[in-house]
Amino acid sequence: MVESGNIIEIKNITKHFPDKVVLDDVSLSVRRGEFLTILGPSGCGKTTLLRLLAGFNSASSGEISIDGKAMTETPPHLRPVNTVFQRYALFPNYNVYDNIAFGLKLQKVDKKEIEQRVKRALKMVGMTDYEHRDVQSLSGGQQQRVAIARAIVNRPKVLLLDEPLAALDLKMRKDMQIELKEMHRTLGITFVYVTHDQEEALTLSDTIVVMNEGKIQQIGSPTDIYNEPCNSFVADFIGESNILNATMVRDRLVRFMNREFECIDEGFGENVEVDVVVRPEDVYIIRNAEAAMFHGVVRSSIFKGVHYEMLVETPDGYEIQIQDYNSFDVGSEVGMMIKPADIHVMRKERTENHVEGVMVDSTHVSLLGETFECKEVEGVSAGDKVDVAFDFGAVELTDDADDGTSWGTIRFILYKGDRYHLTVRTDEGENIYVDTHDVWEDLDEVGIKLSPEALRITPHKG
Amino acid sequence: MLKFLSRRRNWSIPYVIFLAVFVVMPLVLVLVYAFQSESGGFSFANFSKFINQPEAANTFIYSIGIALITTIISLALGYPAAYILSRMRPARARVVVMLFILPMWINVLVRTLATVALFDFLTLPLGEGALIFGMVYNFLPFMIYPIYNVLQKMDPSLIEAAEDLGATPRQVFRHVVFPLSMPGIVSGVMMVFMPTISTFAIAELLTMNNIKLFGTTIQENINNGMWHYGAALSLIMLVIIGITTLFGDQSAEDAANDGGLL
Repeated sequence: MVESGNIIEIKNITKHFPDKVVLDDVSLSVRRGEFLTILGPSGCGKTTLLRLLAGFNSASSGEISIDGKAMTETPPHLRPVNTVFQRYALFPNYNVYDNIAFGLKLQKVDKKEIEQRVKRALKMVGMTDYEHRDVQSLSGGQQQRVAIARAIVNRPKVLLLDEPLAALDLKMRKDMQIELKEMHRTLGITFVYVTHDQEEALTLSDTIVVMNEGKIQQIGSPTDIYNEPCNSFVADFIGESNILNATMVRDRLVRFMNREFECIDEGFGENVEVDVVVRPEDVYIIRNAEAAMFHGVVRSSIFKGVHYEMLVETPDGYEIQIQDYNSFDVGSEVGMMIKPADIHVMRKERTENHVEGVMVDSTHVSLLGETFECKEVEGVSAGDKVDVAFDFGAVELTDDADDGTSWGTIRFILYKGDRYHLTVRTDEGENIYVDTHDVWEDLDEVGIKLSPEALRITPHKG
Repeated sequence: MLKFLSRRRNWSIPYVIFLAVFVVMPLVLVLVYAFQSESGGFSFANFSKFINQPEAANTFIYSIGIALITTIISLALGYPAAYILSRMRPARARVVVMLFILPMWINVLVRTLATVALFDFLTLPLGEGALIFGMVYNFLPFMIYPIYNVLQKMDPSLIEAAEDLGATPRQVFRHVVFPLSMPGIVSGVMMVFMPTISTFAIAELLTMNNIKLFGTTIQENINNGMWHYGAALSLIMLVIIGITTLFGDQSAEDAANDGGLL
C-alpha cells in the first residue's frame, strides 16, 4: 500500500441542477490520511461535492477518482468510502448492534469477527454496553456516535462527514470535536468533513477548502486561511475582521482610511486598488490619542468573557472593530496603532461591474433583462452585443416596486468600515456588486437603478 | 343551561348516546341473539349448527380463502404501485394517487354493476375470476394508499446510508425499505382483508348469485327471519376480524413506526 500521495482526485467537476449551477469547475486533491474540511455558507455547493464523493449524485461533467480508481459513475455501494449523515440516518428497525453490523453482514464477514469489530467500534465512540439498545431511545449525541461507529467499522479508505455535529448542542459539539480529532489520529484514515462553522473547521482540519457560490475560494491550512485570506469573502467568512478598500501606493506602503500605513506586502504594483484585512485583535488601542497612529471615538463596547469587543469610529467616518483585554469607556477618545505585519493586503476580485448587453437603439441598452437609458454610443448599431461597465457606487438600490428598473436579491453583505459592499443576484441570475451607505438585509428584494451617465459601453469583444 | 354547555364533558353526551344506540346496543343484541335458541332460552345451538352444518362452515372457509387471495393480489399489485408513486416528484405523485382514489367517489354498487357490464361487453364469463377481479378492483386503493403514505415519509437518507454501507439496490429494499414499510403493509392488508370477508353485494352481482360468500349467508339468514343463527354467524365473523386486528396491531407495534392508517 502506498502511504503517501493523493487518495482523492477531483478534476473539473461541474454539477447543474435544473435551475442552477451548484458546482462550477471544481478541482481538488485530498492527501492520504489528512483531515480535510470543506467550509462555506449554506448553498455554496459543499454538501453536493460530498454527495458526489459518496456517489449519491452524479456530476454533470468532470472526473472523480478515489484510491487510484476512476469512480465518477460508480454507484455508492461499490465505493471504498462511508458517510456520517447530518441527521444520523440510523435504521430504526435495527438495534445499535445491528446498525453497526449492517455493512459487515453485507460483506459476509465471519460472525465472530463482526462481533469483535462492532465491540471495538462501540468502544472507540464510547458507547460500550449499548449494543442492544433501540436506536430511537438514544439521545442525539449518542445516535451520532452510533452513526460514526457504523461508518468506521467498515474500515473505509475515506470517511465522509456531512455536518455531523450541526444538530448537537454547543457543549456536546465541543466534546465531539475533540473526539473526532482523536479518532482521526488513531484510525489514520482520510476524513473529508463538511461544515458551515468556521470555528469547527479551524479546530479540526489539516486543510480547509473554503467554497462560495459553487467555486473554491481558497485551499490552505487553518493558519494560512486565517492569516492570509486570499479575498474579502474568505476574510469575512473566517473569523472577525476589518475589511477596507485601499490603494497600494508602492511596495510596502498602503493607503486606507485616508492615511498611509507601512505594510510588508509586495508585488501588487503601484497605485493599485486592493482590499486590506486587519483582524480585530491586531488593532492596538491606547488612551493617549495623540501618541497613536490614528484616533477615534469608542461607539460601543461589549464584554465577551475574555476580551472586550469595541467599535471605534474615526473622524473620517470609518468604523473599526477592535478586541482588547482592557475596557475603554463608550464616548471616550482613543488612539489606535496597527503593526505593518498585521496588515494583510489582498488583490481585489473586481473593481467595477461588467455585464453583457444588447443595444436597443442609439440611446437605449438592454441588460440584466431590462432596458436602460444610456448616453449615445459611437460605432455600434441596434441589435449589437456590447460590454457594459459601471462603478459599484453608481448603482442605486430601491425597495419601491415602481421605481427600480431591474430586480434582484441581496445575496451577500460585506462591511467595509465606511460602506457596505453588496452582492445582488438579479432575477436573470447575474451578480452585480453595489457600494452603499444604506443598510440592507440579506435576501432583501431590491430594485436596481442605473443612471445613463454611469454606463460605460464598448463594443463586445470576442 | 349555559352552565351545562360550558362544561366540556357535557358536549360528549350526543356522541355517547349515538354510540350506545347504534354501536353498543346492536352488539349486545347480536351477542344475546347468538346465544339464544329459537324458543328464547340460553343455548349453544346456533354454534353447534354452524359446526355440524357443512354448508355454512364451507362458505366461511371459502370466504376467508377469497379474502386471502384478494389481499395477496392487492398487495402484489399495490406495493409496486405505491413504491413507484413514492419515487415520483410529489406534485406528479399527488395527481396519480388522486386517479387511484377517484373511483372511490362512485358508489360500490354502481362500480360493480359497471364491472358486470364490462365483462358482458368483453364476453368474459362471470364467476370466481370475475369475483376476485371485482374485489381487487374495489379494494386496491385501500392497499396502495397506506403503503404509499409510509414509503413517502421514509427518510431518503436511510436508503443512502444503506447504499453507502455496501447494499445493492436489492439489498437496500430487503433490509431497509421493506421492513420500514411494514406498518403500511399491515394497514393495507387489514383494510382489504376485513371488508372482503363480509362483502356480499360484489359477490352477488359478479357471480350471478352462483357463488356464496359468508356475508351472503348472513344476509340470507337474516332476510329469512333466522335472527338467532344470523347473529351467531355475525359473531363468528366479528371474532375472526377482531383476532386479525389484534394481530395487526401487534405487528404494527413491533415495526415500531408510525405512518400506517390503523
